[in-house]
Amino acid sequence: MSESNGVLVRVENVEKNFQRGSEKVHVLSGLNLEVPDGTFLALMGPSGSGKSTLLNLIGGLDRPTTGSVEVGGDRIDKLSGRQLAAWRARHIGFIFQFYNLLPVLTAERNVELPLLLTHLSKSERRKHVETALDVVGLSHRTRHYPRQLSGGEQQRVGIARAIVTDPTLLLCDEPTGDLDRKSGDDILELLQALNRDHGKTIVMVTHDPHASARASHTVYLDKGQLSLEPPE
Amino acid sequence: MKFLSLVWSNLKRKKTRTALTLLSVFVAFVLFGLLCAIKEAFTAGVTMAGADRLISRHKVSLIMTLPVTYGPRMEAIDGVDLATHWTWFNGIYQDEPKNFFGSFPVEPISFLEMYPEYTLPEDQLKAWLNTRTGAVVGTTLVERFQWKIGDRIPLKSPIWPREGDEAWEFDIVGIYGTTENRGDPSGFFFRYDYFDEGRVNGKGEVGWYMVRVADPDRADEIAAAIDAEFANSPYETKTEPEGAFAQGFVQQMGNIGAMLVAILSAVFFTILLVAGNTMAQSVRERTEELGVLKAMGFSNGLVLSLVLAESCVIALLGGLAGLGVAWAITAGGSPVPDMLPVFFLPKPYLVIGVGLALGLGLIAGIFPAIQAMRLQVADALRRNA
Amino acid sequence: MINWLNQVISVSLFNLRTIPERMGSSLTAAVGIAGVVAVLVGVLSIAEGFREAMTVSGPDDVAIVLRSGADSEMTSGLSREEVRLILDAPGVARTDEGPLASAELFVMVNLPTRSTGTDANVPFRGVGQSAFGVRGDIDIVEGRNFEPGRNEVIVGVGAAGTYAGMDVGNTVRFGQTDWKVVGIFSGGSGSAESEVWTDSAVLQPAFNRSDSFQSVYAKLASPSSFTEFKDALTTNPQLKVKTLPHGEYLFEQSSLLTQFIQSIGYFIAALMALGALFGALNTMYNAVSSRTREIATLRALGFGSGPIVLSILFESLVLAVVGGAVGAAAAYFAFDGFKAATINWQTFSQIAFSFAVTPRLLQTAIVWAAVIGLLGGFFPAIRAARLPIAEGLRES
Repeated sequence: MSESNGVLVRVENVEKNFQRGSEKVHVLSGLNLEVPDGTFLALMGPSGSGKSTLLNLIGGLDRPTTGSVEVGGDRIDKLSGRQLAAWRARHIGFIFQFYNLLPVLTAERNVELPLLLTHLSKSERRKHVETALDVVGLSHRTRHYPRQLSGGEQQRVGIARAIVTDPTLLLCDEPTGDLDRKSGDDILELLQALNRDHGKTIVMVTHDPHASARASHTVYLDKGQLSLEPPE
Repeated sequence: MKFLSLVWSNLKRKKTRTALTLLSVFVAFVLFGLLCAIKEAFTAGVTMAGADRLISRHKVSLIMTLPVTYGPRMEAIDGVDLATHWTWFNGIYQDEPKNFFGSFPVEPISFLEMYPEYTLPEDQLKAWLNTRTGAVVGTTLVERFQWKIGDRIPLKSPIWPREGDEAWEFDIVGIYGTTENRGDPSGFFFRYDYFDEGRVNGKGEVGWYMVRVADPDRADEIAAAIDAEFANSPYETKTEPEGAFAQGFVQQMGNIGAMLVAILSAVFFTILLVAGNTMAQSVRERTEELGVLKAMGFSNGLVLSLVLAESCVIALLGGLAGLGVAWAITAGGSPVPDMLPVFFLPKPYLVIGVGLALGLGLIAGIFPAIQAMRLQVADALRRNA
Repeated sequence: MINWLNQVISVSLFNLRTIPERMGSSLTAAVGIAGVVAVLVGVLSIAEGFREAMTVSGPDDVAIVLRSGADSEMTSGLSREEVRLILDAPGVARTDEGPLASAELFVMVNLPTRSTGTDANVPFRGVGQSAFGVRGDIDIVEGRNFEPGRNEVIVGVGAAGTYAGMDVGNTVRFGQTDWKVVGIFSGGSGSAESEVWTDSAVLQPAFNRSDSFQSVYAKLASPSSFTEFKDALTTNPQLKVKTLPHGEYLFEQSSLLTQFIQSIGYFIAALMALGALFGALNTMYNAVSSRTREIATLRALGFGSGPIVLSILFESLVLAVVGGAVGAAAAYFAFDGFKAATINWQTFSQIAFSFAVTPRLLQTAIVWAAVIGLLGGFFPAIRAARLPIAEGLRES
């Protein structure tokens, strides 16, 4: 991956509008953001501020109306839908607020899902899955279905699924939003460890100051603009 | 292949629903198989017809008789290999018209030579030739009345009264089989010489002739030659290939093919709706899951294929099971041997059935699959929040 | 009791009001059942139409006489002497010109059909002059009647429409005789309209029948004279004949085919109904599971299980009956009066008839739909009633 000055994510002059009925809604207006490689960035802001929209743009789930989004040197706003899907499979690991595990699959098969898009053999896939579950500390519950796991455990499976392909960037959308304080802390520690020990770059959307305190950097999003200070 | 277990897991999500859909597809294909077998039974005469056989009958109608002397005259015509005759006997067993079966006086040697699909053991043929009153009977007919070799069967014929107005008596000397699903296994054949000697009227007359030609390509030409031979006699003939005759007979029953197609269309349309609706429902319920897969990098094409694969798996499982059961039922023989003596499901229909199952799966799944493919990841994920 | 009934009604109304939200699956169930009903009615209308064609309209005061042992006119045979004895029998209606009875010949000729050009076995009947008086309802709708002693034929309307060359003014050749088509007739029970008629005295020599006949159609003095007529024939040692009322004869002649079509029809419909039942079950299970929370809420509010079960059954019944009615109506418009021809194996002859969707068939159809609906709603209803309330409330 060609990295320019150690900056992994570069968002430049991004504008994002939605059409809601006859009304045009400006969510992001002329936004700029750089995320250096190896950062654990918390993205804070009130609901409706455009946090998730920004996360989706960085993760290649959505395209900006204008402006450019560059991740690891790739202009992802220029990629086609098909290229984007392949790009996501290689570079992005998503972690969701509600875990979004497939209820019909066991923990290990949930983790295996992204590996199905690679050319790895069955035994290689199993090895990767074992490693990922080991990292999140769930080696003992691999055969359980999501409904048999607690919220914290489900989120660990979600994290294992996100890291199993060894992606460039981890994107978390309110990863602790549905958890109690204790489980939330465990998850945050796990994310910190991934950042610290495995060098993962993480962008985490949250509105919980307790969560953002664990990040190495925090930015605030309000009314479509970023700032380094929390809004009044 | 690695995605198949994912498809399978999804099908196990709502077991009741999957089972019910499977069952409705299954029933549709049982029906398909059986209707095909019924159609085949109706048109059996056409498919069983020998390419080298002609049928020659009285020009006015099949019910009018021809002289028995026509046989040798036909065989004398260039290109004719063999001629044998049939006569409609209309035998009534135990005075009960419901006991109906086809009964015919024939000439044993030429008859069996004409129809290689009718098999009779050597010793039984010998017995037939040695027994004037001997009759050979098809396997399904034997089964129907629990007859066995050595039984004496009295038959009455309203068309052919016997001298002294007695019932005709026949001794069963043989049981014939049929090969390769050709030939009618429910017939009753007896000796023409016994019949001709005993009948009150119409001595020397037979119903119709079967003629074998050496070269099937010349069939039309030889048929014309036979009709020319007997033109302007009191017994003019109409000769045509056996297949054409059978085809005409089938057509007289009405357009069975069109009726079956209409019924099957209604069936498949119904099943298509049921299966399609089930798939649509299941895709609706899984919107976020599909969104997650896409976020993970599953391409639109892959998501489309996964949904299509699900409906195809259901359709194929149900379809194959249904075809299998239909096949098993037909392999057990005809449920109404006196109505439809020939009853089986030919292989081409199995192939068509598998094709239909696949088509059903694709059509039922295509709209939900396209819906799944078009899902915007961001929207799909927002639904949950 | 009143309260209970109120519950049933209010829950049912509530359910029905939510049908539009579940349009897709509700429509599927209804259309599925409509399909079953349409096929059932369609197939059975064939049998019904065939049976209708083979019944006698008006009073059954005509008897048919055949040789004893014969199962149809085809296989029967009567000598002139026998015919004379039959005509003299008591119970036969008489006019100034003598007994109202017709000795008839019944043979088969090959005629190509208009639609496909393939040969069909067409009944060719030789009748006496009194045949028209015996049957009473024959009308010449085009041309004129045949003249006795001439090679002229009249053709039933069914036959005229089905076979090539059966037009007034045309000449057809059967064997070595040419016949001129001089008229087209309607009426006559049974297969008459599918037949070709001529003078029996002309038909006998043309078909080498010397001086024999196959049947006698006798008009009776009154329907109650049949016993007298029958006794006279069966006790006469010079006669070996059997007689039966024309209606009964026609019924026997068509029973095999009618039964066959009916059993195939019910068999197909039963399998289809099974398929539709699974569809209905699916729909109702979906309806119940998508409303788990609503149902739990209702029960938490104090609605009993009984009303909930009944309301789900009711919804399923409404869907099924609506579907059934649509299917029956579709079948009525598609099939009623549809003209067809088939071969009657018992007489080996072609018979033209129209599909008939009768009120009785429609009734059967609605019953089937209702049964499918009730069965389809039953298990889902039970499941809804059994669901633990607390669990149901938690479902999203």
